[in-house]
Amino acid sequence: MQAGAMQGLIIKGLVKEYVPGKPVLRGINLAIAPQGITAVIGPSGTGKSTLLRCINRLVEPTAGEILLNGQDLVPLRGRGLRMARRRIGMVFQEYNLVERLTVMENVLSGRLGYVSLWQAWMRRYPDADIARAFSLLDAVGLPEQATRRADALSGGQRQRVGIARALMQQPELLLADEPTSSLDPRTAVEIMELMTGLSTSAGVPLVVNIHNVDLARRFAQRIIGMAGGEIVFDGPPEALQSEHLRQIYGGEDWL
Amino acid sequence: MSASTLRRRAFPANWSARATAFGLMLYAIYAFGQLDITWARLSVGFGEAGRFLARMWPPNFSRAELLIEGMLESLQIAVISSALGILLALPLGLMAARNLAPLPLAVATRGFVAFCRSLHYVIVAILFVKAIGFGALAGVAALTIASMGFVAKLFAEAIEEISMKQVEAIRATGAGFGAVLVYGVLPQVASRFIGFSLYQLDSNLRNSTLVGIVGAGGIGGTLFAAFKRFDYDFVVAILLSIIALIFIAELISGRIRALLR
Amino acid sequence: MNALMREWQRFTPMERFTRWAVYFALVVTLVWAVRNVEIIPEFLIDAPEQMVDLLVRMWPPDLGHYHPAVHHALVETLHIASLGTLFAFIFAVPLALLAARNICPYPGVNAFAQLLLVTSRSVNSLVWALIFVAIFGPGAAAGTFAIAFRSIGFVGKLLAEALEEIAPGPLEALEATGAPKGHVLLKGAWPQIAAAFWGVALFRWDINIRESAVLGLVGAGGIGVVLDDAINFFQWDRVATILLTILVVVVVAEIIVTRLRAKLI
Repeated sequence: MQAGAMQGLIIKGLVKEYVPGKPVLRGINLAIAPQGITAVIGPSGTGKSTLLRCINRLVEPTAGEILLNGQDLVPLRGRGLRMARRRIGMVFQEYNLVERLTVMENVLSGRLGYVSLWQAWMRRYPDADIARAFSLLDAVGLPEQATRRADALSGGQRQRVGIARALMQQPELLLADEPTSSLDPRTAVEIMELMTGLSTSAGVPLVVNIHNVDLARRFAQRIIGMAGGEIVFDGPPEALQSEHLRQIYGGEDWL
Repeated sequence: MSASTLRRRAFPANWSARATAFGLMLYAIYAFGQLDITWARLSVGFGEAGRFLARMWPPNFSRAELLIEGMLESLQIAVISSALGILLALPLGLMAARNLAPLPLAVATRGFVAFCRSLHYVIVAILFVKAIGFGALAGVAALTIASMGFVAKLFAEAIEEISMKQVEAIRATGAGFGAVLVYGVLPQVASRFIGFSLYQLDSNLRNSTLVGIVGAGGIGGTLFAAFKRFDYDFVVAILLSIIALIFIAELISGRIRALLR
Repeated sequence: MNALMREWQRFTPMERFTRWAVYFALVVTLVWAVRNVEIIPEFLIDAPEQMVDLLVRMWPPDLGHYHPAVHHALVETLHIASLGTLFAFIFAVPLALLAARNICPYPGVNAFAQLLLVTSRSVNSLVWALIFVAIFGPGAAAGTFAIAFRSIGFVGKLLAEALEEIAPGPLEALEATGAPKGHVLLKGAWPQIAAAFWGVALFRWDINIRESAVLGLVGAGGIGVVLDDAINFFQWDRVATILLTILVVVVVAEIIVTRLRAKLI
């Protein structure tokens, strides 16, 4: 492995302006350790999603550096970018599965960056990949679902497939963008348990965007509060007090 | 577990998809052979195509009067056959609607209307040319039948979709059949009727440019003659005019449709 | 007093004026057309009699003529329609990918692809047939290319529309795994449009069968050739057989296509 391996994620001076002059992210500085669960909380529109999407370049940063285990992701293009993206797994709020494909195909699509077009079309994934896909499906609690079409699954089941797909990449970093916002409260807890459990046992750091502060407190070891495009709180869940929440979210009544 | 078993568990074989793909490939090879489309012919053809394109450019508009005369005749054919076709489609559509007409009549009319649509309009045009002579009359007759078939079918379908409650309400006031039609049926279908009438007018405009190829009047005849004389630059001029006409007609009919809503 | 006198008016005065103007313009065009069209009145009066005469000559149809000439030509027509449709997809798919704004985010390329598609659609298959007869000489090759080139615009437009309606989320997810663009399209876009794809293919194949029957009239192969011959030799009973054949084939094809399309949903 290259030098700088396992330094985790280091973000320096990250700025994002969708409209010039109106930055959504105002110079974020952040260091995520190569292990552990980090939750990012904050009101809608404060840039939580933008922050995550800048890391895997689904959104282009305006300025700054993003170092994943020593490699700066920001200047990457083309093949280099794809290679880097293989190392980052992402779980989405709307699951983003390919509905008409089977569960197995969806999980294996995590390895699309490693096979040729012909192999992908003929579904000639390496045997090791297929075996691992099956064991991942077991691990996320969908043991006999491999050949079902993705659109036949419930929301919670689809998110499990999404998690399996992300882990299929054997990533160095796992990002989750509001993974529970489309789920009912009980399923949300199940999914959070699954994600945090699997990433811990795989030794992969997890960064989760989350609306629900209780879930954040329950599952994360570190909470980052954002407001107005800046980090206003950074600490363990026990340290998160009402005045911090007031600062992050504004307003009194809901506390 | 062996690799192949694993694979089979992961990707159950989709035999119908495989069969279709394979079948299509085999068919393509077979049909190419049947139609005698060989590389030799194709390469000769590409050479010809190059020569052909060279002769087509620049477009030759010098015979403008001939061009305009032909276009005008096509326009006339299109307008008249649309008007006639739409007019005839009104009673036909009413007779073919199963909620307004007695069932045997509706079925018979539907059959007739389907028959009008079944033969390609160029074939109908040729038959009319042979029956009643060259010229615009044959073109008008052919396109009228095609228009009748199209508009009557859509009209009947639109009528069958109306809410009968409104019709019953009008009937309950003691109105006669005509009034029931005008106040109960027509308001519900009027805008759709205008929509597909305009569509048919557009369609006839396209088609009228072609019926001339078999002698039924319009620019098609001029086009065919130009092809036969190898006047390809005139051909291109004609084609460009046709495309321009169709384009303008689509613009206008789009505007009209928006206005008449 | 004013409230009692108010009539219900469906349209504003401006709207009414425009509607009347449009109707007026249409009527004027119609009157112009009727007055200027070159139709000899005697022919018009003769017409019904002539048509009946033709129909009488067509009866009874010469069914013996079917084998071998008409059957052979019919098979050729089906090949022209099918091959032409297949061929069209080879060009239509790349053009559709280039024309779809979500797949190819370069407006210049989109416009160029759309231009090619519109050109293909604006030229009728009969005219394409004339062009290809001039290029390849008379025969089925010209017919196949004519069908193909006409269908490219139709198929390409519908495929591009289907592509623009796919959900972007799955594609985003696949990109995020580091998959190259081709893989993303194959596994993310294709499954979403597969049903529409086959639907369009069947739809166009059906239309092409009708159109292929006619191409022979200008020498591009298929059943139109025997039809043209029979008409030119005034063999009306044979013409009747050929027309019946075309009718049957068109109806059967439509039934098959309707059944298959139902299975696609």
